[in-house]
Amino acid sequence: MGVQGGWPPAMNIVVLVKQVPDTATERKLSSDDKTLDRAASDGVINELDEYAIEEALLLREKHGGEVTVLTMGPDQATDSIRKALSMGADKAVHVNDEALHGSDALQTAYALSRALGRMEFDLVVLGSESTDARTGVVGAALAEYLELPQLTLAGKVDIEGRAIKVQRLTDYGYDVVEAQLPAVVSVVEKINEPRYPSFKLIMQAKKKPVEKLTIADAEIDAAKVGLANATTETVDFAPAPPRAAGTIVKDEGDGGTKVADFLAEKKFV
Amino acid sequence: MSDPRKAAAPDPDDFLDVDGSLSAEERDIRDTVRGFAARELLPDVADWFDAGTIPEPRALAKSFGDLGVFGMHLDGYGCAGASAVAYGLACRELEAVDSGLRSFVSVQGSLAMTAIHKFGSEEQKNAWLPRMAAGELIGCFGLTEPDSGSDPGSMRTRARRDGSDWVLDGTKMWITNGSIADVAVVWATTEEGIRGFVVPTDAPGFSANTVHGKLSLRASVTSELVLDGVRLPADALLPGSSGLGSPLSCLNEARYGIVWGAVGAARACYRAALDYAATREQFGRPIAGFQLTQRKLADMVVDVNQAALTALQLGRLKDAGRCHHTQVSFGKFACVAAAQRVAREARSIHGANGITLEYPVLRHMLNLETVATYEGTEEIHALSLGHAVTGISAFR
Ligand SMILES: Cc1cc2nc3c(=O)[nH]c(=O)nc-3n(C[C@@H](O)[C@H](O)[C@@H](O)COP(=O)(O)OP(=O)(O)OC[C@H]3O[C@@H](n4cnc5c(N)ncnc54)[C@H](O)[C@@H]3O)c2cc1C
Ligand SMILES: Cc1cc2nc3c(=O)[nH]c(=O)nc-3n(C[C@H](O)[C@H](O)[C@H](O)COP(=O)(O)OP(=O)(O)OC[C@H]3O[C@@H](n4cnc5c(N)ncnc54)[C@H](O)[C@@H]3O)c2cc1C
Repeated sequence: MGVQGGWPPAMNIVVLVKQVPDTATERKLSSDDKTLDRAASDGVINELDEYAIEEALLLREKHGGEVTVLTMGPDQATDSIRKALSMGADKAVHVNDEALHGSDALQTAYALSRALGRMEFDLVVLGSESTDARTGVVGAALAEYLELPQLTLAGKVDIEGRAIKVQRLTDYGYDVVEAQLPAVVSVVEKINEPRYPSFKLIMQAKKKPVEKLTIADAEIDAAKVGLANATTETVDFAPAPPRAAGTIVKDEGDGGTKVADFLAEKKFV
Repeated sequence: MSDPRKAAAPDPDDFLDVDGSLSAEERDIRDTVRGFAARELLPDVADWFDAGTIPEPRALAKSFGDLGVFGMHLDGYGCAGASAVAYGLACRELEAVDSGLRSFVSVQGSLAMTAIHKFGSEEQKNAWLPRMAAGELIGCFGLTEPDSGSDPGSMRTRARRDGSDWVLDGTKMWITNGSIADVAVVWATTEEGIRGFVVPTDAPGFSANTVHGKLSLRASVTSELVLDGVRLPADALLPGSSGLGSPLSCLNEARYGIVWGAVGAARACYRAALDYAATREQFGRPIAGFQLTQRKLADMVVDVNQAALTALQLGRLKDAGRCHHTQVSFGKFACVAAAQRVAREARSIHGANGITLEYPVLRHMLNLETVATYEGTEEIHALSLGHAVTGISAFR
């Protein structure tokens, strides 16, 4: 694994970007193999990954260096890569191979770790969860594969020299966790406010380098990825039932009691 | 030939798939402006319209500047250098929110910045354009006067030489962003004909008064400019400007953006009407199910899409360097009238709700009265088209 050392180095940051179906449109699973029909809806950058990109750009502004986008996904994922470059990332790596179709979260983390193994980086930034599969485990699994410290649910990141300090948001406040670079950081939306792509950057985006990798290029073992080799299996799926009509409680002096009874009946209280 | 029965059903929001021919870059610019407009402008615009002003114009200018929309179609000096189509798309998406917000961008980029970009010296361009592109400085464009609207050649504002200085006297009227501007591009008659001047608004003798009581373009500042012996150094003159053709060529740029903007306003009204008609029930069914409503919706979808095609075609011509100013007149004449028809039908579909600020339709309908008036009234563009096809001028 090529990790850059030395002081004071410019930071090489890799941001993981997943293309997901637009949450505004209806998502469909394909009936043949129970994977997401990614062609059926418009792809967008996973929302939390926009925060990851923003954080990488802010860190670059502060410490210098380069921001590289790493995406694993089909051809359409180029739209999301272009958008990440339009926000200001310097270059991108796109892992795209038919053999990756249907990979589960562990396999995704494995494949991403292989691609990262070919790259020089000080920091990997990713969203803490995707909006489609929502397993929230890629960051952790990736850190294991890379044998690097993981700092999860970051609401604030500070770097001094090779030391990284993160406010890890919890239900009751935050923990402060520290590690040495290189490290893997997953972010939550409290961390920043993602910028809009600027027109100048949009127009520069198509001139920025995008490296395309097959599994052979990235030395990903074909026997460890893809639907057939997945460690998890989607057994069945059903469309979400339409929402049942709500209950309207009319306050005739006993509104409070009725609401309390309702909550008790549904075991909310 | 492919089987037409297998073609996908058209998207009601882009029935003729006009946007299908956009490049990836054009789509990215469209999506960026659409996202920005939805998050930063749409939630507040009805309040601004209600208040009859933009409460924080500097913050708005800064966010437009960060986006890169000011002078985005100009090259160099901090401008993005985007295509005409990309600029049009930005205007369309902004005006889908409100004509006043698109006007802000038109006046800054296509009028004030374009005048400096086209006719300014290298020093003037470096002094003003980068900061105007960034939204740090706000510009306005003073051509119209109280007694000189469709016939700007009759203007009374004068600039006379005094030693190496220029001294300007006169009144400009209906000037968008006049009272919030840092710099005014002012057109005045001189001994050598009409020339343009770059006037810092803190120059002694310059004042601006906001026009109140507007019932249209309320989310926009409109002002009177008073020039009372405003003394300017020699380098305030835009050296490349000469004659009425100079300001008219700037107007032609802004007008091109208006063609697209009108499409945005029309689309927003049509979309609102479609939503409303689908959910509003009378006589036991959605009003979208009544034939008379469907006729309105059919007229609207035709108007919106024809206007969109016209705008895109003008953009393609412009990017190829082949767009004649009478073709822009065609666009303004056709697309603004189409938008007015759509807004009116949309308002009627909304019933009583349609007259409130809760829904965008009357706001757009009122705005479009301004859009039909400025940058050449409907009548003036009809005359321009008449002249183009007959060779006979009927202006005077
Ligand atoms: C509806 C659905 C259900 C699924 N259920 C399961 C399941 O139960 N178990 C399972 O193992 N797999 C499941 N998967 C499959 C699997 O394909 C995931 O999408 C997997 O690629 C990543 O898991 P995640 O999206 O949950 O990642 P998360 O851990 O939620 O994502 C965290 C971050 O990891 C990064 N990241 C994730 N994927 C990529 C990528 N491809 N390229 C670059 N960065 C990436 C992003 O920065 C993201 O913000 C499911 C997929 C779908 C669509
Ligand atoms: C909100 C708003 C913002 C504006 N912003 C700016 C700005 O930033 N800068 C600027 O310089 N100006 C601006 N204007 C002014 C605008 O360009 C003028 O209002 C426009 O040119 C029309 O001039 P007028 O109002 O004097 O109308 P008039 O020219 O008096 O026209 C009145 C009527 O007579 C008709 N008419 C005129 N001549 C003929 C003819 N030959 N044949 C047939 N009919 C004719 C017109 O079509 C119109 O119906 C703005 C106007 C508005 C309302």
